Amino acid sequence: MKQLDFTVRSNEKLNDQNHLLKVVPSDNEQLPEMLPGQFVQILVENAQHTFLRRPISINNIVPERNEIWLLVQSVGEGTQKICEMAVGWRLNMLVPLGNSFTIPSSRGSYLLVGGGVGTAPLLFLGKKLHERGIACDFLLGGASEQNILQRSDFTNYGTLYCTTEDGSLGEKGYVTHHSVLQHKKYDFIFTCGPKPMMVAVARYAHERGIRCEASLENLMACGFGACLCCVEKTTRGNVCACTEGPVFDINELTWLD
Amino acid sequence: MARLEVKIGSMQLRNPVMTASGTFGYGTEYTDFMDLGRLGGIFVKGTTLEPRQGNDYPRMAETPSGMLNAVGLQNKGVDYFVEHLYPLIKDYDTHMIVNVSGSTVEDYVACTEKLVGLEKIPAIELNISCPNVKEGGMAFGTSCASAAQVTRAVRNVYPGTLIVKLSPNVTDITEIARSVEAEGADSVSLVNTFLGMAIDAESRRPKLSTVTGGLSGPCIKPIALRMVWQVFHAVKIPVIGMGGICNWEDAIEFILAGATAIQVGTYNFIDPSASVKIVEGIEEYLLRHNIASVTDLVGAMEMG
Repeated sequence: MKQLDFTVRSNEKLNDQNHLLKVVPSDNEQLPEMLPGQFVQILVENAQHTFLRRPISINNIVPERNEIWLLVQSVGEGTQKICEMAVGWRLNMLVPLGNSFTIPSSRGSYLLVGGGVGTAPLLFLGKKLHERGIACDFLLGGASEQNILQRSDFTNYGTLYCTTEDGSLGEKGYVTHHSVLQHKKYDFIFTCGPKPMMVAVARYAHERGIRCEASLENLMACGFGACLCCVEKTTRGNVCACTEGPVFDINELTWLD
Repeated sequence: MARLEVKIGSMQLRNPVMTASGTFGYGTEYTDFMDLGRLGGIFVKGTTLEPRQGNDYPRMAETPSGMLNAVGLQNKGVDYFVEHLYPLIKDYDTHMIVNVSGSTVEDYVACTEKLVGLEKIPAIELNISCPNVKEGGMAFGTSCASAAQVTRAVRNVYPGTLIVKLSPNVTDITEIARSVEAEGADSVSLVNTFLGMAIDAESRRPKLSTVTGGLSGPCIKPIALRMVWQVFHAVKIPVIGMGGICNWEDAIEFILAGATAIQVGTYNFIDPSASVKIVEGIEEYLLRHNIASVTDLVGAMEMG
């Protein structure tokens, strides 16, 4: 873990709520190794009602540009301030935090299921799998077409399936209703998104004996295991989602009990 | 640097800056961000006789300039601390102080007894002020009789430096401070968190699983500062001040109000190296004002 200043290299508005920020260390320091599933804690300055840092998933790492991508959804004052950051502005971050998704060592059939801004870490995971020669399928869900973000990036690393609640893109409904789940068999499912979606995905995987990992978004204060605020109830008792997660094997969680 | 040294009980601290229990884990969580050897001391996470799972999620709600927490003393118990954590932290080049909590006087005593033989734990902080547990905790710190009772019982078995951490959730904090001083406390630390709550307007539900929790952060600083000033004038033992300290100016304010040493708490979450910056800021302040020792500033607020 490091506390570093970063400079905003670009800030692209993807839709009404979501921005993609690409940031680089301000002093050209080499980025520490970062893994898919890990996150950063961003210091928010000049925001009257925002005291704590904001945890944001790592959306992508571009080593040749020493660049971190952060997909940020503006849901309150803190994230809104981050979305408003202009090119050249500085932001202080703790990097990288948390554990990571398991990168499988063998070829198999892998499905990455995301909803809303929860698709963010799945792009980086898909890229890492692709680098290892592992093909994967992405199943992304959202309210409508404009909520399914970074589609062209995802298709670089695998096959993309979509669901939208209004039917404007892909199949109409929720991700767990998508027909690909009926006719294709998967060995491993990774998921990140709203909890009801992840619980439904976990149930699907559990019923079929498919290994499944979920990335949680529990409210947190510090992000590095000191405050004990972000705990998740697991088979081992209450553990910090920030250090022992955010990625958990669904069998460790108590969601399906 | 001699000008920064202060004394609490039998501990000679290299500087008055320490980190508050419940905000600094066991120190290990912070080694990537700072050199722990720069600190005067570290108060480790609240420790109880038996392991505790703490309260259910959600345990935290952000507030303007602060946060509410309802962690509820989650810890693996004193035996786990002695066996597994003490070996990891005993060689840190600073004073490691254990925060001791419990539900009964017997719990406090039994937990303390297990720490007596640990050579590298020179002090304990008796937590009679946790607002987030159903039994004990703050209940001991809100009446003079119970505060005195638990202090007396622990004093009888503990030869090291005994610090008692006071609750601000009382009518007159100076009475509690005087009653623990009378039972042999070497120092008092104040303040623990203020009892507060928050409600989600949309769902109409409490933001914390326990409904109420402890408020900390810069929002409590003016009240904490006032209490430190009052207690400084009420007791002869050294006062350790805390409550929303974020920078060296906050720390100097607490020292001028009467704190011999200070603890940095919630702000560690926002800037994990804040405590080291505060050490540097105090030192620079002393040099700039040509003050020979930080002890010359303790309670040195000038009136009129």
